[in-house]
Amino acid sequence: MTAVRCVDICKTYRQGDQDIKALDHLSIDIEKGDFVCLMSPSGGGKTTLLNAIGGLDIPDSGEVWVAEQRIDQMSKGQLADLRLANVGFVFQAYNLIPVLTAQENVEFVMQVQGVPAKERRSKSLAILEEVGLRDLEDRRPAEMSGGQQQRVAVARAIVSRPELVLADEPTANLDSRTSDELMELFTELNTNHSTTFVIATHDQRVQRYAKRLVRMRDGRIVDDIEQHAA
Amino acid sequence: MNIVLRLAWRNLWRHARRTWLTIGAMVFSNTLLVFMISFQFSMYGLMIDNTLQVFSGHMQVQAPGYKDDQKMRQVVLDVQPLADRLRGELDSETIAARGWAFGLASSEERSYGIGIYGVEPEFEGNVSNIPGLIKDGQYLGKSDAMEIVIGGMLARNLRVGVGDELTLLGSGLDGSFAAAVVTIVGVFESGVKEIDRNIAEMPLGAFQEVFYMEGAGHQVVILASTLDDAPMVQQRVASMVPEGLVVHDWTALQPGLKQAIQADMSSAFFMYGILVILVAFSVLNTQLMSVLERTHEFGVVMALGMRPGRLGRLIMLETAMMGLIGLLLGAVAGALLTYWFSVNGLSYPGMEEMVANFNLPGRVYPQVSLLKTLFGPAVVFLFTLLAAAYPALRLRRLHPVEAMRTI
Amino acid sequence: MRMLPVLIRLAWRYLWRNHRRTIVMLSAISIGAWAMIFMTALTRGMVDQMITDGISVLPGHVQLHNPEYLDDPSITNRVSLTDADLATRYADAGFEAWASRVRVPAVITSERESRGVTLLGIDPMAERDFSFVDYDQVDGRFLESPDDTGVVIGAKLADTLDTEVGKRIVLMSQDPDNEIADRGFRVVGLFHANMETYEDTYAFIGKKTAQKMLRIGDTTTEVVFFGDDYRNVEPTYEKVAAAVDDSMRVSRWTEVDTYLGTMLSVMDGFMLIWVIVIFLALSFGLVNTLVMAVFERVREIGLMLALGMKPASILGQIIIESMMLLAVGLLIGDALAWLTVKPLESGIDISVVAKGMEMFGASSVLYPKLHMDDVILSNVVVLILGFLASLSPAWRASRYEPVEAITKV
Repeated sequence: MTAVRCVDICKTYRQGDQDIKALDHLSIDIEKGDFVCLMSPSGGGKTTLLNAIGGLDIPDSGEVWVAEQRIDQMSKGQLADLRLANVGFVFQAYNLIPVLTAQENVEFVMQVQGVPAKERRSKSLAILEEVGLRDLEDRRPAEMSGGQQQRVAVARAIVSRPELVLADEPTANLDSRTSDELMELFTELNTNHSTTFVIATHDQRVQRYAKRLVRMRDGRIVDDIEQHAA
Repeated sequence: MNIVLRLAWRNLWRHARRTWLTIGAMVFSNTLLVFMISFQFSMYGLMIDNTLQVFSGHMQVQAPGYKDDQKMRQVVLDVQPLADRLRGELDSETIAARGWAFGLASSEERSYGIGIYGVEPEFEGNVSNIPGLIKDGQYLGKSDAMEIVIGGMLARNLRVGVGDELTLLGSGLDGSFAAAVVTIVGVFESGVKEIDRNIAEMPLGAFQEVFYMEGAGHQVVILASTLDDAPMVQQRVASMVPEGLVVHDWTALQPGLKQAIQADMSSAFFMYGILVILVAFSVLNTQLMSVLERTHEFGVVMALGMRPGRLGRLIMLETAMMGLIGLLLGAVAGALLTYWFSVNGLSYPGMEEMVANFNLPGRVYPQVSLLKTLFGPAVVFLFTLLAAAYPALRLRRLHPVEAMRTI
Repeated sequence: MRMLPVLIRLAWRYLWRNHRRTIVMLSAISIGAWAMIFMTALTRGMVDQMITDGISVLPGHVQLHNPEYLDDPSITNRVSLTDADLATRYADAGFEAWASRVRVPAVITSERESRGVTLLGIDPMAERDFSFVDYDQVDGRFLESPDDTGVVIGAKLADTLDTEVGKRIVLMSQDPDNEIADRGFRVVGLFHANMETYEDTYAFIGKKTAQKMLRIGDTTTEVVFFGDDYRNVEPTYEKVAAAVDDSMRVSRWTEVDTYLGTMLSVMDGFMLIWVIVIFLALSFGLVNTLVMAVFERVREIGLMLALGMKPASILGQIIIESMMLLAVGLLIGDALAWLTVKPLESGIDISVVAKGMEMFGASSVLYPKLHMDDVILSNVVVLILGFLASLSPAWRASRYEPVEAITKV
């Protein structure tokens, strides 16, 4: 099954008095269980592509299909439901709600989904264990290091076992060991649960874990290489 | 223009909505204050004037103790010559002599106990409204005829009208039996229940005859040209009257009036006070936030060499600018509102009954004045500055490095 | 709805995130709430007292008169029903209290002075519960029966007349034939009243004594009836009217004393306006606070929307935050009001402006009264208006685009 399919999408931004083509007639197919790395210099469009796939930013033209549903014409409410049910996000920054503890942050999405309390609690504790944050569940983001915050964000993104995980620079604040641990976790999910990963990153470490490398420049794909994971 | 002023001004408008909301609080309170204070003091002025002009005048010459006891024997001797002399020396016609007695007035069908006043028909109209409020018939003539005018309510209660006769029975000054028959020449409606029900007026000469007054009376009533002139006039009168007589001003004659005003003012000022405090809190909130969110920025500026004192002054300047806008807009809005009512009059349902006790009409026209307009907003402005003092002073404790660590 | 616990938790924590701002707002709201309720309690107490005093002197809750009496309040226009008659008709009516009286204008003369008074011939036992005179606070004694041959006058009047307990005075009025009706009485008691004018104006004698003196047999001039709530006299009115026909005029107190009647509704109106004015003064700060809070949270709101939370939930969360702030502020304000009113309930002495208060028809002691109704009204008005005021910032917040929000730096 095709997890993600973009057909000839375009997105232009206005910055000051210039028009910036963030996506320029871009097409891409991503299969379920794929582990894709998006790379581009700054402004190359990888964040925009992630947002388009996640239903956060509708392209000006073209089609976007996620989980065999056409999303570029959905209403905001439907998109919200889609994100809730199918997509896990790890953003570049501001991933956590500052007034909630780590555990509450992780439970947040499940709460919106309507998962019963007991189940939420056990799942969130389990996932925090998996990312190695078991004893920090009652801490607030301000009381954690950048790396710990990032791991909570990842925990939140994957706790409900979404089909698709979109991550924008997930290892930005992490030291090399933590980065490796994180990518091991991703790989495990990818292998055992067929979770599709699309990760935008500069980090070469991350690239080594990917099964597919997609290089972008000026809103277009210039390279698309399959590789074996490390 | 001074760079600091420019800076302060621009800082205000970085968060336009927030600034406008804070100014809005000021304008709201100021408009209300201006309007209420104008209304309130216009009412008081009206209350006093209306009440005093009905019957009491601005001051009265009396025998000591008469004011409280109202005993017939507490007389002013030779009251008419005294009034004449005062009229001459003060060069004023708004001075009149009176005598008073309690008596029983009987018509064919009814009798009532009333207060009978002997008045100088020529001058009474200068110190009292009553001669001008005759509804039926006319006021007393200038001679000392056995005539009388009574209030409308009394006329109804006695079942009499103009032309009918009344028998008066009472005691004279010497305690002997006094009686007379008088003809009703006029009926007045003053609007004051107590007066319309209980008071009758007859010529002073006739009165003095009937009650064996031997030229004495009980009051000389004096009206100054305005309320503000009254104290001065009172001083002069006090120096001119014979030993043993006292001059009471209106606050002594109508203590209830002054106290009613005091009571009303106290409660009004309590309410105004609360409004001012609430505005001050609004300003405190805004300026506190404004300072906290600029912590980083202030840190930088201080690191570059600016002293915390100057920053504090900047905050105060910003507050003062905001406050001035609030003051001006509020004062203007309040003045306009008051002006509108000064032309169209202010009335609310039930007002007529409520204010009847105070001789006020059912529709009031508040007056605009500079003092009344600026007083409230000025106080608000003051408290606004006070409120900003806390955040401004906090800046003194700011350390540049710590500040810059804040995002 | 299942989001409610999360929204409440978020709202509460966001409130305390910026505790300085929250504390300033809470202080403002508490003071506003306190002022609303305190002022209302004072006014309510004053008005209650005024009306109770006024009603006890003049009209009861409902009155019965000869139809001509209100236009011509003289002895010729009497209530033709005797006490026996009335007792039969109203035997089962269940009034709180009722009594018939003789009220006439009269002249009272002592050795030295005369004055006009309103003479009340009463049955002292029947009037004990509602009379404005406290029988136990009378110098000397109050009347003991309708046949009592003494007179009780106000302390102030005794002063003016130069008389005292034990001395004689003469009361003079007219009978229905316009003949003078007079009689000598011994002063047996001096009463004190809240309102000095009452002391000047009223003189009490026994009802039967009055009837004899005025030669009116068994008749009286007015019958007064009391129900249990002066604000709602309709039931009492119905009961009184049911037992008489057109030969009698039945009036509610609001018709007889228009000042007091109007006073009640005008004061109610004033209090409501006061509450609204305070709220409006607070509302600027409230909206400002919400706007600022939302502005600071733009990214987090974007995050929540991106994660799939519905905009309606964002709206709800902001509104809950606002309502919590108001609720806590109101609670504190209510508590403060209770704490400040309770000790004052035994009376605030304002005799300094006693004469002024009399012009309003009020006494020189203020008894503030905290009525649950008033407190609830103030709180409800604030909550409803607060809800409305927070709609705009909350609505704005819910319309944020996730992408814009998150990518804002």
